[in-house]
Amino acid sequence: MNKIFEIPLYPYARSADQDAAAPVRRRVVVVGAGPIGLAAAIDLAQQGIEAIVLDDNDKVSFGSRAICFAKRPLEILDRLGCGHPMVDKGVVWDTGKVFFDDRKVYEFNLLPETGHEFPAFINLQQYYFEEYLVNRARELEAEGAPIELRGGNKVLKVEDKGDHTVIEIDTPEGPYTLEADWLIACDGAGSPIRSMMGLDFVGRVFEDNFLIADVIMEAEFPTERWFWFDPPFNKGQSALLHKQPDGVWRIDLQLGWDIDKEKEKKPENVIPRLKAMLGEDVKFDLEWVSIYTFQCRRMENFRHGRVIFAGDAAHQVSPFGARGANSGLQDTDNLAWKLKLVIEGLAPDSLLDSYDTERVHGADENILNSSRSTDFITPKSDTSRIFRDAVLDLSEHYAFARPLVNSGRLSVPCTYDGSALNSPDALPGGPARTRPGSPCPDAPLDEGFLLHRLGNDFTLLTINTDVPAELEESGIKVGSLSLYSEALDPALADRYLGDAETAVYLIRPDQHVAARWDKFDETATRAAIRRAIGKE
Amino acid sequence: MSLTLTPNIDNADDFYADLLATHEGLSKADSDALNARLILIMANHIGDRAVLAEALDAAKKSAG
Repeated sequence: MNKIFEIPLYPYARSADQDAAAPVRRRVVVVGAGPIGLAAAIDLAQQGIEAIVLDDNDKVSFGSRAICFAKRPLEILDRLGCGHPMVDKGVVWDTGKVFFDDRKVYEFNLLPETGHEFPAFINLQQYYFEEYLVNRARELEAEGAPIELRGGNKVLKVEDKGDHTVIEIDTPEGPYTLEADWLIACDGAGSPIRSMMGLDFVGRVFEDNFLIADVIMEAEFPTERWFWFDPPFNKGQSALLHKQPDGVWRIDLQLGWDIDKEKEKKPENVIPRLKAMLGEDVKFDLEWVSIYTFQCRRMENFRHGRVIFAGDAAHQVSPFGARGANSGLQDTDNLAWKLKLVIEGLAPDSLLDSYDTERVHGADENILNSSRSTDFITPKSDTSRIFRDAVLDLSEHYAFARPLVNSGRLSVPCTYDGSALNSPDALPGGPARTRPGSPCPDAPLDEGFLLHRLGNDFTLLTINTDVPAELEESGIKVGSLSLYSEALDPALADRYLGDAETAVYLIRPDQHVAARWDKFDETATRAAIRRAIGKE
Repeated sequence: MSLTLTPNIDNADDFYADLLATHEGLSKADSDALNARLILIMANHIGDRAVLAEALDAAKKSAG
């Protein structure tokens, strides 16, 4: 049986646009049918905005690649209609073990916070993730939503004309030209569009290679995450083992920068390393081996006129903490509603600059966390190594040292503190985790969950107080969700009321808090809506 | 609370002797490792980030 990543899911097919006398103008063209490009197109199309996805390939990603998906991205994917297939297929784990040199120093249980629909994170091969996104795109297409996937479409040139872009595309049947009001570049870490536009990555701080191996084990092996610092089978480096669906274990072996990639990839070199790691008696089949190279860096700006960059094309981090695909999904979550309002003429073009500000802030947070993990895993000086080893030695005996052990800090969503779209916090006693700029934490509500009732549009969430059922400001329709204490889950009260008795939250279409108050004030609410769409 | 930089150890000579005794017979590498563990244990005991920042600064500024 062929693997899903061997089957063309969106093979090249001739488009009528290729036969048009003059270049056809499209609303939004997304370049790259990876996870971020597909998420961007689905988000726009399900809100009625035309999105054409171009990719020179026609298959999902080859090999497992990004395999950890955190709660917030799963919530975003749920809004896009793909959250449940991910969780149903994915592997959830709670126990982690940390090894140093030749011994286990401690183990831990994640004990995730309860009262959330989605787990803290799941492990799932990237090709499944992409397959679910392609399925969702096809489903929307069948429903008549304005979405189209064009495989075998390689972008050769992009030109920003100020009020639109011109895109030259090559296909197996020759080139054609397309125009787009907006172009979203999700063409990956090596982004050809970034190069064509002469824009480059800045702030390179770290370079490393990882040998990635997917193995199928014959015997039972526990569903746990094992992380090794400086193990005997990979001296001076790190190693990671964790489980994926279909009985596949993923092994990441850090190799350092100065290596012979072709040599390291050969099975005769890989298998002895894996045997030393798993034990001589453990029987396994090698399913896929690759070498992954990363750098920590980002573009200075993610928005360049009518061309907007998202995902790895805009920023790249180390794999520690699963911040690549996860942060890319937060990019498109942030971008789609803003682009929609600008396209519909409801918000000024400058609203898109807030995408740049907010997601650059997110990228910097990810780069900071990922660089700190890298510094712990690969100490850069003798003193740094002495402290790292001291932390690991102490962690075997004393709990206090365990929070200092840094094998990657799990991706958590960024709070847009200081964003120009936020209004000042006006909820005395309100929880810090739901201050303006925060992503709304989920909580049980009625028979389901809160986040199902938020998102896609602006919403006023009120607790123990009344607001108009619907409010319209500057053409923006704001719905409401009114909750009262008697029916309130304690987790929801804890996350949204804190020490306050009443609360009113203005929630953005991406489920981030724009403003909050202790009571409804129409003038303040209208001002906050205008501010959240870049009109104040 | 701020960092204490006035004499605070009861019977300072005994403590100093204990500190040296703990390092007695160790190689340079093992002593360096012990010092690192000791710093981390004491830092955790202090806990207060502002005091720790003052301590880092005081140590840096008092180099000969």
